[in-house]
Amino acid sequence: MTNLNNLTISEARDKLKSKEISSLELTNSCLSAIDAADALGAFVHKTPELAIEQAQRADERLKKENAPDLCGIPLGIKDLFCTKGVESQAGSRILENFKPEYESTVSQNLLDNGTVMLGKLNMDEFAMGSSNETSIYRNAINPWKIDDRELTPGGSSGGSAAAVAANLCLAATGTDTGGSIRQPAAFTGIVGVKPTYGRCSRWGIIAFASSLDQAGPMTKTVRDGAIMLEAMAGNDPKDSTSANIEVPNFEAMLTGDIKGKRIGIPKEYRLDAMPSEIEKLWSDGTEMLRQAGAKIENISLPHTKYALPAYYVIAPAEASSNLARYDGVRYGRRAALSSADGINEMYEKTRAEGFGPEVKRRVMIGTYVLSAGFYDAYYNRARRVRALIKRDFDEVFADGVDAILTPTTPSAAFGLGEMSDADPVQMYLNDVFTVTVNLAGLPGVSVPAGVDKSGLPLGLQVIGRPWEEGDMLNIAYSLEQSVGFSSKPSKWW
Amino acid sequence: MSIDESTAAKVAKLARIEVESKDLTALAKEFNDILGFIEQLNEVDVEGIEPMTSVTPQKLIRRSDNITDGDKQTSVLKNAPVSREGFFAVPKVVE
Repeated sequence: MTNLNNLTISEARDKLKSKEISSLELTNSCLSAIDAADALGAFVHKTPELAIEQAQRADERLKKENAPDLCGIPLGIKDLFCTKGVESQAGSRILENFKPEYESTVSQNLLDNGTVMLGKLNMDEFAMGSSNETSIYRNAINPWKIDDRELTPGGSSGGSAAAVAANLCLAATGTDTGGSIRQPAAFTGIVGVKPTYGRCSRWGIIAFASSLDQAGPMTKTVRDGAIMLEAMAGNDPKDSTSANIEVPNFEAMLTGDIKGKRIGIPKEYRLDAMPSEIEKLWSDGTEMLRQAGAKIENISLPHTKYALPAYYVIAPAEASSNLARYDGVRYGRRAALSSADGINEMYEKTRAEGFGPEVKRRVMIGTYVLSAGFYDAYYNRARRVRALIKRDFDEVFADGVDAILTPTTPSAAFGLGEMSDADPVQMYLNDVFTVTVNLAGLPGVSVPAGVDKSGLPLGLQVIGRPWEEGDMLNIAYSLEQSVGFSSKPSKWW
Repeated sequence: MSIDESTAAKVAKLARIEVESKDLTALAKEFNDILGFIEQLNEVDVEGIEPMTSVTPQKLIRRSDNITDGDKQTSVLKNAPVSREGFFAVPKVVE
């Protein structure tokens, strides 16, 4: 019995239920793969003892009837989720040694379903980044390699993406504020689902931008995404923005039948400088959906070009407020102080040494756009533009469009360090196709759709109507079947 | 709107992040790059558009005002960098 870690969730579920394998065997296989993959920098806090204990408990539960689908499935958890008694640092120095006394709702939901936690996964500091290079730990590295360069797995959920693509775990949790699940999924050839805002509780997830943050699954297949999303989702009284809407059986909605579905192709997503292979990927994907019986329609989302600038007002504004809590008093790191230092010096020194450059930059931009005299000009204007971006989508959906197809990213994975001399705005452009979805609170999924000329994976994004993740995933499933993407990175680590 | 070094220093102060004076020029430049990018928003006609306050049209739900948790002094203090006698401890606040 070799390489159980290569299984998908649905394959492992069937083997666990038929007693062909045990969760302990499956978990041990993942733990060995993790220990052999330190070069990838994906797992930053390993929890093997906890994993084995949880696997043994899952095996007990599997002996009984009606164990949940995820019972005994080993997962990686992004470092942004508070996990009881286990380091949860959000990739930041300021949360050094922080071990929460509680478990986030989403990770608790997964545990209640019998999942096994293998450890915590690398990420950009406070989820601010598109390459995982702002992490305090180290770079996470893309298992895909085409030459001597080390490539980024994307960000901010870079560790999650690398771990799933390299088969270190069966699936992982991610979070998505501007594209942090979908962009890394596209860069590593996996599936990443960002649900409708309010579908998954934000309670216990370290906050970045509260009106945009949403947790979701990162998996090897669309089916796995459907299974895992159902377990993660659900109403939670501890998050006032969590929706009291029934969570359907998403997997049961994967029929592959999309006949008559109306798919919108937004003309504003056709960028001037878009590489021809992204263009081709998109038109090939469109053709596949047409072949499968969908009706393709050209649509317009006129305010698209203002999404990134609006995001870079709203997200830093919310971040500056959310990150005010890191004051060196209640948790995390406090800077060493001299005897003359008072409380303001404690705050200023702690935050200066605890936050990395990108986090400081965003907190200060947020502070500026919220400050007296600029609040209306920047923050309120951005919120008005956000309303227009959402209205663009509302109108398209009101016209009867079921889902929208776009590329996930404007390029394939780039080399680590290649963007270090660029100004911050260049890095922000990575999110140009994904950020609109967060601003409008919609669900989106990235599906591997092909490779570029050098052999690196590329993704297509399906954007769904609010609360219709099931329909969206079914369209993604149809696309996945048509594409037949089966490439895997060859093991070099 | 261009940000100079003194504005950058003021923003750093408001954000309670210590920035050394030698770093202020670079910081001001970064602010200007990002704010230059944000300036595009001025092209949009937002007349009569209300600022978006909620992503989904649902009303915020109020929970009942009951005590559901508490008596967790040890847990609350567990991650504090410095605590004394059951309290968080900080440097002197009042002169």
